[in-house]
Amino acid sequence: MIWAAVLAASLGCYALKLAGWSLPARWLERERLQRAAVLLPLPLLAALVAVQAFADDREVVLDERAAGLLVALGLVLVRAPFLLVVVAAAATAGVLRAL
Amino acid sequence: MVRNAVLRDALGIGVAVGAYGLSFGAAAVTAGLSTLQACVLSLLLFTGASQFALVGVLGAGGSAVAAVAGALLLGTRNSLYAVRLSSLVPVRGARRAVAAQLTIDESTGMATAAPQGHEQTAFWATGISVYVLWNLATLLGALGAARLGDPGVIGLDAAVPAAFLALLAPQVRDRQRLAVAVAGGLVALLAVPLTPPGVPVLLAGFAVVPLLVRR
Repeated sequence: MIWAAVLAASLGCYALKLAGWSLPARWLERERLQRAAVLLPLPLLAALVAVQAFADDREVVLDERAAGLLVALGLVLVRAPFLLVVVAAAATAGVLRAL
Repeated sequence: MVRNAVLRDALGIGVAVGAYGLSFGAAAVTAGLSTLQACVLSLLLFTGASQFALVGVLGAGGSAVAAVAGALLLGTRNSLYAVRLSSLVPVRGARRAVAAQLTIDESTGMATAAPQGHEQTAFWATGISVYVLWNLATLLGALGAARLGDPGVIGLDAAVPAAFLALLAPQVRDRQRLAVAVAGGLVALLAVPLTPPGVPVLLAGFAVVPLLVRR
């Protein structure tokens, strides 16, 4: 099932890229479509943050991941490099669990 | 001279994106994918946010359909990048097939920001540099995580939401975008107890609708 998802997403995302190079530009230059495609990543990424930090199967929980996310938020606000943000969040959760 | 500066920037971006690649490889293995599956994603899918979304939903126990749908929704912006690029980088046939695969945030950003006459160099150099380093880093990250054992113990599960936050932050450029992002997060959390894993992320996409209807 994982392989099916990997290959389907790869094919689909390649088709989306190729479509932009191949279709007549006016098909994709409608203003509302452009705005939707530009804005869509915002709620999707925010939802992924929320779900990955606070969901445990079908429950909303507050655990060590939330502390890691808080540290990550602080580092993002001071524009820390990506790798530092990710490592600091993991280390925070890891240390809290070890206590 | 200008050409050298463009090439240097392209390499610099490739190195910076390598950091994402390391954490993607680790996140994929943490989510239950094999090292090979993580590497195939970086070779074939090659668009960071979609790759993270796919493994995030699969790791949370979501269905393959929900995981693929999330990846595709995040991939739609590449279509618009390609429209923009096709006027800057004239290519045909097999080269166009390759250019399509290299159509991502970084290569588009560099090509559109390049000095006039250097758009093609910027696009190809950035695309190739990011492709090579992203794939190398994915392999290293996946191998590293596979050796570490239980991801919960060292907090790797907390690295995934942090990675999404770091991907999101540069896009929150004004209040309207902040509002859409916050709304998306809230919709997803409300949906968690009510829908199967993976679906909350898709429902969050509807947070853009009010912004499209207005005006």
